[in-house]
Amino acid sequence: MSAFLMFLILAPLLAVGVAFNILGAVALYRFPDVYTRMHGTTKCTTFGTLFIAFGALAWSLGRLAATGDGRFITMALHVGVAAVALLVTNATGAHAIARAAHRSGVGPRQAVVDRLAEDRRKGGEA
Amino acid sequence: MNVFLFSWSAGILGVAAVLVLGRLVGGPTIPDRVVALDTMNTLAVAIMILLAVVYDSVVMVDVAVVYAALSFVTTLFIARHLEGGTGR
Amino acid sequence: MCIFLLSVVTYLLLVWSGGPIEPAEVVIAVVLGGVLARAGRSWAEGESWFPRSFSFIRLGRFLFYLFGPFAVALFKANIDVALRVISGEIRPGIVKVPSHQEGDGALTLLANSITLTPGTLTVDVDEESRSLYVHWIYVTDPSPAEEEIYGSFGEWARRISA
Repeated sequence: MSAFLMFLILAPLLAVGVAFNILGAVALYRFPDVYTRMHGTTKCTTFGTLFIAFGALAWSLGRLAATGDGRFITMALHVGVAAVALLVTNATGAHAIARAAHRSGVGPRQAVVDRLAEDRRKGGEA
Repeated sequence: MNVFLFSWSAGILGVAAVLVLGRLVGGPTIPDRVVALDTMNTLAVAIMILLAVVYDSVVMVDVAVVYAALSFVTTLFIARHLEGGTGR
Repeated sequence: MCIFLLSVVTYLLLVWSGGPIEPAEVVIAVVLGGVLARAGRSWAEGESWFPRSFSFIRLGRFLFYLFGPFAVALFKANIDVALRVISGEIRPGIVKVPSHQEGDGALTLLANSITLTPGTLTVDVDEESRSLYVHWIYVTDPSPAEEEIYGSFGEWARRISA
């Protein structure tokens, strides 16, 4: 595979990945409270890193086609494992932080409705 | 060669990680800091994958996998600590 | 047992490098998988060595869900959040949605799907009424129906894990 064709595949993948990761970082400053920030960071960084993993995957598959070296199969497999691990752990970690934040008394700012706090007040100590 | 794409991406993500550091230091509440830490961990994993391509070493991807798992465990521990240790 | 199978397969995947796998590696994988399964047995109380209701149809459904509706929703969610980061247009709130899911697996799958799909983030679970507290970044209705929050995902979660 020619280097230029590879460039045409890699450049968009990495550009999307980097752009979404930066948006995730910027979201930390744009939004007013923990929950909205979490929207930005969890989704954007997971998605961006997924695309970066796709880029690395494409690169190692391209190298594999060019050289036939078994090392690049390993590389591609490990990148795939890393992407899956990240996809599963980030969403679960976000639940954990959101739940802990609400239970430790950090309420959502600018919220129009907070059913969880209402229900907790009704039911006494949750 | 296309490797320069990966090294530039890693550099830009490094700048983004420094940006996140501001929220980590100055976040008004503790959950804010945890969210910033989580973001930084994800960025670190992304940078490790990129640098693995740049330096052509599979070991760095393995490190990234372990780092992702460890950061997940750390996040869960901090979350449990914030809840007050009682759970449920 | 799920933990055992998952850890053995992951270990072999990380060890495999294109050629045949050495027997020693398989032994290590099985031993490590056994240790992990023993360590995690309190989470999987009463589970047999092989999931009772395992079927390839459900696995196929899960994979189809992952690459079909879920991938589309993930894509839309990221465009949505990206636009909100740029425009700063938010109207946040925490709402309660009924899940109508019986199994814990189905509820977990649904909660994770909600977190990664447009504008919503699962905050807490009410175990008794099986409903989810969802942080919604642009609230249009304080007590929404389930379709408004997660569309067809409830149906999918039920079909995958029922």
